[in-house]
Amino acid sequence: MSSLPSLWPLAGIAIVIAGFALRANPLAVVVAAAFGSGLGAGLGPIEIIAALGRAFHQNRYVSVPWLLLPVIGLMERGGLSEAAAALIQRTRAATASRILLIYLLFRQLTSALGLTQIAGHAQSVRPLLAPMAEAAARRDDPALDEAGANRIKAMAAATDNIGLFFGEDVFLAIASILLIKGFLEGAGIIVQPLDLSLWAIPAAVVALLVHGLRLWRLGRRR
Amino acid sequence: MIGLPQLYALAGLVFAGWAMATLRDPHHPKRALGFGFWGLMALEFLAGDAIGDLGNGLILLALVALALAGAPGRGRPATSTPAERSASLTARGNRLFLPALIVPGVALAGTLLFPRLPGLVDPKQVTLVGLGLGAIIATAALLLWLRPPASAAVAEGRRLAEGVGWAMILPQLLASLGLVFALAGVGDIIGALAPLAIPDGSRLAAVLAFTGGMAIFALLMGNAFAAFPVLMGGIGLPVLVGAMGGDPVVIGAVGMLAGFSGTLLSPMAANFNIVPAALLGLPDRYAVIRAQWPTSVALWLFNSALIWGAAFR
Repeated sequence: MSSLPSLWPLAGIAIVIAGFALRANPLAVVVAAAFGSGLGAGLGPIEIIAALGRAFHQNRYVSVPWLLLPVIGLMERGGLSEAAAALIQRTRAATASRILLIYLLFRQLTSALGLTQIAGHAQSVRPLLAPMAEAAARRDDPALDEAGANRIKAMAAATDNIGLFFGEDVFLAIASILLIKGFLEGAGIIVQPLDLSLWAIPAAVVALLVHGLRLWRLGRRR
Repeated sequence: MIGLPQLYALAGLVFAGWAMATLRDPHHPKRALGFGFWGLMALEFLAGDAIGDLGNGLILLALVALALAGAPGRGRPATSTPAERSASLTARGNRLFLPALIVPGVALAGTLLFPRLPGLVDPKQVTLVGLGLGAIIATAALLLWLRPPASAAVAEGRRLAEGVGWAMILPQLLASLGLVFALAGVGDIIGALAPLAIPDGSRLAAVLAFTGGMAIFALLMGNAFAAFPVLMGGIGLPVLVGAMGGDPVVIGAVGMLAGFSGTLLSPMAANFNIVPAALLGLPDRYAVIRAQWPTSVALWLFNSALIWGAAFR
């Protein structure tokens, strides 16, 4: 056991677990965790702040999708959510289950073609998918309460995530596939991205079946 | 060449617009806090290059402090009334859906066309640049078509941004934590500890330690990408491939997907799990995680079984 490294840098992970268990504000948890791990590894406070600052600056691309908020807000101002609800009112065949199921398939197929950015929580879930699913659920069950409507909306967001996660790896130029290829190459194992992406297909099919079954039951439960 | 710097400048201008609008909103209960929050975001995006690492770190700490004090808060940005929206729907009908196609359409066209116009757009950032360009075109088109007051683009964006609140900066902050963890050597330690959890010679236990480690580490870091080098280096390559003769293609590809199950359960994966709950106005911060855990667990079981059954032929 003498080769075990010092465990103090793991302090940040302990802080993350405790913070989320206590439902503390995640921003405070992240900063505390950075200081916990940094100090545990022997970094000074100034070094830790500078490292956080550099990483925060480098990671600005994560926030670029917020550029879409004015577009979504303007579309809502023009009545997009109302149009989505009206369309659903007229189309009785479009149940909440079917809408989410079709979206799941759409999200998996487009992600498998590498088109991960054409849909998403800001692009499609908030302006279109959630209002449509909610309108369909309310039409088919006038007694649906607020908590039930919120469960439908949460399922819309979950469906987007699952379609994306278990679709994108079928595309061979996606970041995670390239990461696997690069890592194996570093270990002297040459693999083709196509072979890796083929092995993402079983999980994509099972995701469609499992989540599709859950969406189908969503409509049966009421 | 158009790339990330131009996108960041555009985002900085949007944040600056929200800062000014907050300052001028007499109904905003936390005007100074909101102005400070959006103003610091604008400063970070417009001038972060010149400020230096420590300065950016201090901006980050100030943003978190403002958020804990209640920033950005919610004002009363001007928007349309339900009656006006109904009237707009009567007048415009299903054409209201058309603008929703602009952003995806431009992003798609950009992804396909920009690489054919060498020197115009940074080839590594074609999709994000397409997204930004789509946002500009869609905003212009909506302003021309709906003819709202000129301030509407800023006001409507702020309405949604205030709805999301402090969670706006969480994804970027969590990505930064990953770098500090890497600097502190957290991954190396987990990689050194992980093989200790495996009983000698049991293939099933080794597979479960690998896929379980991927899921747990992805859950803790909010990201399967961070988990992969750690677990593949700690268990996947030395134990499953080296000692047991498994196929590295199956173990690598399916192992990554086992990690995705952990991401789906993680509050640290804020842009997938926490931000959508805020964007949809759900009272339960963990509502999206609650909706997706059964699918996530089922897929983890399937992927573990797939490695166990298919990687050792």
